[in-house]
Amino acid sequence: MTDTPFDWMAAANKKAKGKRPEYFDDPEDERMLSILMAVVGEVSVLRERMDTVERLLDAKGTISRDDIESYTPDKEAAYERGAMIREYIYRVMRGPHQMVEELQRAEPPVEEVSKELKEI
Amino acid sequence: MSKTVPNDQKLDVAPPYNAVARHGVSPQPSHDEIARFDFLANFNKFMASTLSPGNKLAYDKRVLPAFLKEHGREPQDRFEIRHAMNKDPFHKFWSALKRNSMEMRQQNGRAIVLRQIDELNAKARQYNEGAQGVKSTLELNPAIAVPRYQSAVDIHCMPGSYHGEELPGDVSAGANYDCGIFATTGGGLGALTDGGGQALVDWIKKERPGWEPRRVLDIGTTVGHNIVPLALAFPDCEFIAIDTAAPILRYAHARAQSLGATNIKFIQANAEDLSRWDDGTFDWVQTTMFLHETSGKALPKIIAEGYRVLADNGLMLHLEQPEYSDAMPLFEQFLRDWDAFNNNEPFWSSMHALDMKDEMVKAGFDRDELFETGVRAVVDREIFPEAPTGEDEDHGRAAFWHAYGAWKNADQMQEAAE
Repeated sequence: MTDTPFDWMAAANKKAKGKRPEYFDDPEDERMLSILMAVVGEVSVLRERMDTVERLLDAKGTISRDDIESYTPDKEAAYERGAMIREYIYRVMRGPHQMVEELQRAEPPVEEVSKELKEI
Repeated sequence: MSKTVPNDQKLDVAPPYNAVARHGVSPQPSHDEIARFDFLANFNKFMASTLSPGNKLAYDKRVLPAFLKEHGREPQDRFEIRHAMNKDPFHKFWSALKRNSMEMRQQNGRAIVLRQIDELNAKARQYNEGAQGVKSTLELNPAIAVPRYQSAVDIHCMPGSYHGEELPGDVSAGANYDCGIFATTGGGLGALTDGGGQALVDWIKKERPGWEPRRVLDIGTTVGHNIVPLALAFPDCEFIAIDTAAPILRYAHARAQSLGATNIKFIQANAEDLSRWDDGTFDWVQTTMFLHETSGKALPKIIAEGYRVLADNGLMLHLEQPEYSDAMPLFEQFLRDWDAFNNNEPFWSSMHALDMKDEMVKAGFDRDELFETGVRAVVDREIFPEAPTGEDEDHGRAAFWHAYGAWKNADQMQEAAE
């Protein structure tokens, strides 16, 4: 054991050596996306925990924290939880997902459609 | 939860992290730590299969037309495509999401491991030390310097790389590497992330039934996950597994011992200099997803040294992602290059542009001794997915490898026998 307590969460956050690529024009956007993605991940964690609690309550009626920590889904539950996470990812990733669709099918601005409808 | 999925219509979801097998030095994840990896495994699946096709669409529909207009010609190489794609809004956002996923995997893995670092280090010591001190199957050598190609940046954004230590005698680098491969591959490497090693066992048993190598060298072993299955399949064979990083070897040795692979000796050594072994010492010299983490001058030295210590009729086999041959479209080369520039793999791009057959001929092999084959991860298909290749492939991480191999002087040996 060490003399001073080891701050494991601070150590977990250590930056990897090597300059981080910049993806956006504004560096603040890099930070905003990193925070947003962390929250997206943590909401998924909360949903999975809630699912564990619900399944344990269904099965036992009353539960302890140890029950949650030691919960292991059977094959069917594992699949259902995977499908739940997948559904959640599709919900939060609607914007980027729709970008793919936009790329598949170019569309005129609605303003143009508006002008067209006025004439027909 | 409400049942929204019909039972007969199975969706492609990642297996739960609970399905990962535990060994003697596995970090014990909490409920929420498991859930974090469950999220990342499914998110990476979504990125590869659902969002990634947008990159090709963006290229075909706007990046390439704009490039043709500006330059009056097609892009000449993958670098020109990358520079053009890096300005495209879709590709920028996709890359930013993917980079975040890699960073989250590292933070999540490190948090699991570092929270229990004292317990893990103590468990590793139990396996690494016997009544006489450190076991003879673990040989660390502080004189081995960390090569520049391992220290220039932290490879695949892994803080501290393979050689970093949070505390003296630490195994956290190995434990983090081992526990998080599940998340980045969506479980594609199986319960012990050893689908590569299992594939080697299957391959050699079919390729050369009944062959019993006497001594095998695994270069750049990291946590030994690719060599333990072979060591268990050939219990009478002596295995030497080398790496330049001590922390990862402490972990690898403890992991192997706990899994019963006591016939592997883990040695801290640099493969550019194998002078401690005589010519022809080994019947098999193996690297698995290692050569891309070396450098332009180190790689030929490593292959040449490997050739020297390989016995006649012995096997040299390198598992890597496929090389960027002229037959591979430039766009695919660009996509396969993502990790080089976005996930701290600085030799990845140059390495995959090498003709590995030429490199092996330069090391001493006859060209007609060489062979190439595809090797797919062998995992329990009841639980773990088959790694998708083609459209849905997560380029750079697919659990499907290209093997460059050779049987040294096999023809001459056969002729001499006849």
